[in-house]
Amino acid sequence: MSVATDGAKSRPRRTPGPAHAGGPPGPRPARSGGRGPTGGARRGGWTPWLYLAPALVVLAGLLVYPVYQLGLISFLDYTQAQVSGGEPTSFRGFGNYAELLSDPQFWNVLLATVVFAAACVLGTMTVGCALAVLLTRVRALPRLLLMLAALGAWATPAITGSTVWVFLFDPDFGPVNRVLGLGDFAWTYGRLSAFALVFFEVVWCSFPLVMVTTYAGIRAVPTEVVEAATLDGASVWRTWRSVLAPLLRPILIVVTIQSIIWDFKVFTQIYVMTGGGGIAKQNLVLNVYAYQKAFASSQYSLGSAIGVVMLLILLSVTLLYLKLLRRNGEEI
Amino acid sequence: MKAEADKCVKGVKSVRAAGVSLLAMGLAAGLAGCAPSTSSGGGGQDDKSGTVRVWLFREVGNEPKEKVVDKVADRFEKQHDGVEVDVQYIPIDSRAEKIKGAFNDPDSAPDVIEYGNTDTAGYVADGGLADISDEFGSWDAARDLDPTAKKSVTVEGKQYGLPLFVGVRALYYRTDVFDELNLEPPRTLDGLAAAAKKIRAAHKDMYGIAVGGAYTYGAMPFIWAHGGELAREKGGSFTSALDAAPAKKGIKAYTSLFGDDNCPAGKCAKMGGNETVEAFAGGKAGMAIGGDFNRQAMENGKVQGKYGVVPLPGVEKGAIAPAFAGGNNIGVLKSTDHRTLAVQLAEQLAGKRTQEQLFEAMGFLPTFSDTRRKVAAREPFVKPFVRTLDAGTEFVPASPAWGTIDSSLILPEMFQRVVSGKDDVDGAAAGAAEKMDEAFAE
Repeated sequence: MSVATDGAKSRPRRTPGPAHAGGPPGPRPARSGGRGPTGGARRGGWTPWLYLAPALVVLAGLLVYPVYQLGLISFLDYTQAQVSGGEPTSFRGFGNYAELLSDPQFWNVLLATVVFAAACVLGTMTVGCALAVLLTRVRALPRLLLMLAALGAWATPAITGSTVWVFLFDPDFGPVNRVLGLGDFAWTYGRLSAFALVFFEVVWCSFPLVMVTTYAGIRAVPTEVVEAATLDGASVWRTWRSVLAPLLRPILIVVTIQSIIWDFKVFTQIYVMTGGGGIAKQNLVLNVYAYQKAFASSQYSLGSAIGVVMLLILLSVTLLYLKLLRRNGEEI
Repeated sequence: MKAEADKCVKGVKSVRAAGVSLLAMGLAAGLAGCAPSTSSGGGGQDDKSGTVRVWLFREVGNEPKEKVVDKVADRFEKQHDGVEVDVQYIPIDSRAEKIKGAFNDPDSAPDVIEYGNTDTAGYVADGGLADISDEFGSWDAARDLDPTAKKSVTVEGKQYGLPLFVGVRALYYRTDVFDELNLEPPRTLDGLAAAAKKIRAAHKDMYGIAVGGAYTYGAMPFIWAHGGELAREKGGSFTSALDAAPAKKGIKAYTSLFGDDNCPAGKCAKMGGNETVEAFAGGKAGMAIGGDFNRQAMENGKVQGKYGVVPLPGVEKGAIAPAFAGGNNIGVLKSTDHRTLAVQLAEQLAGKRTQEQLFEAMGFLPTFSDTRRKVAAREPFVKPFVRTLDAGTEFVPASPAWGTIDSSLILPEMFQRVVSGKDDVDGAAAGAAEKMDEAFAE
């Protein structure tokens, strides 16, 4: 346990390390530091708003207004006929939501999305963190190669990546089946194997962010802490679990939330790799489902309702997650 | 020191006021756009000069089409002083977005469009197409149109366009493979299934007949051949007929073609029409259901000179399975400012002369029975397709809900559920019928 306490103790003393690497500055310097924004308090509550105004106006235009429109449309009967003026727009109240929530397919898709996103977040975090630790333990050349490979995956557009992956796993021409000796096994035919295929691609294209961020965080951890752990005989896993992970928590929280949001909203990979939702729609996720409703069938109001539901789910997941962390005494 | 501080506060105050008003302006802008936008419709004018704008589909190898259309446009400009015809070719893949955009924004919309005939009812419900029943009625050529073509521009007894060409599918087969195995082109659907199995048994690397779980227009003839229907109309409202016994027989006949003895479900369940045609063109199938418009793909593929075409057979010997009469129409937008000119131009674009030239240039089958007979006499390739057309064709339900049914993939889902073993024919058909009825009810 000595390792753990060492790590925990050293944190407050050396906050600038991990904090500067990624997250916003720790709470301590802000509270006790002499350079805090004391002037604002004296001039009354309006001044901060004044400085924030330009940013707020832009944010309102880019974020609040679209969300407001999304919410508004979700209460209307708004299809292509209403957009092009063939029929008048009418208010439906919660009609779209009632229709959505009474649709068993929606619940199916929601469940699949949650499970699939959870798996992707877990996979991405595991691979990203493991490779970040690996990066700190290899020589310059392999590190450079690994970095380049990861950046290549990162820079690949989702459509290109998905197409290439589908080709790699093609039953007739794909090299993967040949190497693994799977014959003409069709990955996209079964529900689980199709989801697995998409899972691999999602992890492949989103682990670099986790890896690079975590690696930067690890580099900012004072070397003596890690050295102390090594001297105490801690294994790589033990060092990660008891020293690095607690120190990097703010960073890990941010990338986890980001991964949750990304993976919950996955669209391109499913759309491209399973041909718009898989055989008999077995691989639909919420975003593709919303697209089918909103754009393919021009039921904009129903699509908006799905969007609002997604927004609420993501907001509550994120808030719950933050609250749980806060209860554990963490602040970010 | 104090004075300076005061000044500073004052400055802050005025800046603050500006900030508040900025915020207010942002809010006001937000509130002004309270309701989501609805197109005002526009149109109503009938200018006799100016530019008439036309959107046509950009086909693969579009040049011959452009030449034909240019001739029509030149002629039209000569006939009408001060009139210019501006033709643009839009990509087929994104036509839905383009045309929806045109309905939403009349200012940048064209006057005349080409559109897929399955979209007619949907576009009419969207309020995008102009009712041209009067002009249609007084159009001399109209009486030579074949009945299905007329049906494809008609919604509730009114005409919303002029048929430009018709596309129909028939059975492509490999003459060399059939000779090698001593097979005759199938005369019944059962014979087709038997021949497919024989081909697959002899050539493990080939599908007997390439079929696709998402190939709706290839599967529909099986339903119609067994006497089934997609939907029944009664007093203007539609109900699905997929769960009726004859339709289910057809679904069964089609889905039984999936399996290791013909087209393995693992590969074929997800295929659409293009994939099956590609498989045949690439020499990977003994038969395929393809359209007259797929000829070029075959000619460019490995099967060049090694294939023949017969009408898709029906249940009884000598019967022809009713084919889906696809194709495109020319319509006039409701928002046009040149209604008279637009309709006149549409009549020339979809006229007999243009259709004949388009057949020569692109292979598009004319929608006029007499023109079609004339060109079929010259070009033996189209004979099986014309025979299929003459035997009677079917069309999708003329309901605005068809667009929703089509784009929510209700039929592919039904076939795929059966093919992948998730459901039996009864269950899948009942599920699809229920979803279709929901769409019709909206």
